[in-house]
Amino acid sequence: MLSFAIPAALALMAVAMGLNLLRLVKGPSTPDRILALDTLTINTIALVMLIGITASTAAYFEAALLIAMMGFVGTVALCKFLLGGDIIE
Amino acid sequence: MTLLARVLPQPTITLVIIGLWMVLASSPSLGNLLLAVILGVSIPWITQSFWPGRPQLARPLAGIALFARVVGDIILANWEVARLVVGPLDRLRPAFIDVPIDIDDPFVATLLASIVSLTPGTVSVDIDRAAGILHVHALNVAVESELIATIKHRYEAPLKEIFGC
Amino acid sequence: MILDIIISLLILVGAAFALVGSIGLARLPDFFTRLHGPTKATTLGVGSVVIASLIHSSAGTGGVSLRELAISLFLFITAPVSAHLLAKAALKTQGKPKAGRTH
Repeated sequence: MLSFAIPAALALMAVAMGLNLLRLVKGPSTPDRILALDTLTINTIALVMLIGITASTAAYFEAALLIAMMGFVGTVALCKFLLGGDIIE
Repeated sequence: MTLLARVLPQPTITLVIIGLWMVLASSPSLGNLLLAVILGVSIPWITQSFWPGRPQLARPLAGIALFARVVGDIILANWEVARLVVGPLDRLRPAFIDVPIDIDDPFVATLLASIVSLTPGTVSVDIDRAAGILHVHALNVAVESELIATIKHRYEAPLKEIFGC
Repeated sequence: MILDIIISLLILVGAAFALVGSIGLARLPDFFTRLHGPTKATTLGVGSVVIASLIHSSAGTGGVSLRELAISLFLFITAPVSAHLLAKAALKTQGKPKAGRTH
């Protein structure tokens, strides 16, 4: 069961990330592109967790947590830059 | 100020830090517990001056009930949004809605805005605390007053009860 | 065996929700409607995968490991914050809309 579910889920995630890339390229506004990047990071977290389940190790957990933190900080920094032109006030 | 309040200015945050540290530590040893307690006590103490106010948990049990309700709403209403997103787009009725709120505490107002953002179909866009208005964008609204009543009744009233404001 | 089925279902549901969020991002008409897809569906999508991973690693070691829940907790705290900042950035670049229907 699991040997069918994981490749199927990986395929779904690949399509999802392809759609995110489409929005990232198409835009049209900068917030749209930031949103696409943010969604891409969140999907990457799910992808890393899936790989972690496949490999049956806990080592991927730290990677997922780090990607989550970096993605959030990146989104906030980009939004702050759009809002004020300054990242740190 | 009692001695306990001076040593533990934010007991909830202390508990959260200890809990998170024990969950993240690979082995729940005595050393890790000691480290968790040291961090849990020292971090709220050091950051004390950064906290604007101290929202007091008046009824923690009502908080658990609200948490369960929000998680349930997220799961149930996600189907709704999934259906809307995949279905025909010309049937969507997106709208900006001004929800009047009467919460003074910034922390509680932020909590309400976060809950509104997490429950599908609505995103809180801006919060005007001077006028007491939460600007909400909704993906699909049939009746505006109904949505406002839902937010006020389902989330704002319990929050006010939990924090006693 | 039953655990395997539960994990598989959770993984598939999670991936499906992540896909729905991305479909929303790709096909909804304007920025504020697009904001809905990722902040919701993706949160639940990752949430399901996290719970699946939690059950999987708990079943593997025999004990209960709650570490994966930290990711879910983090995402549930940060998702509204990013959505709010993105909405504010969009308001600044696109102008403030009036209350009411957008189209």
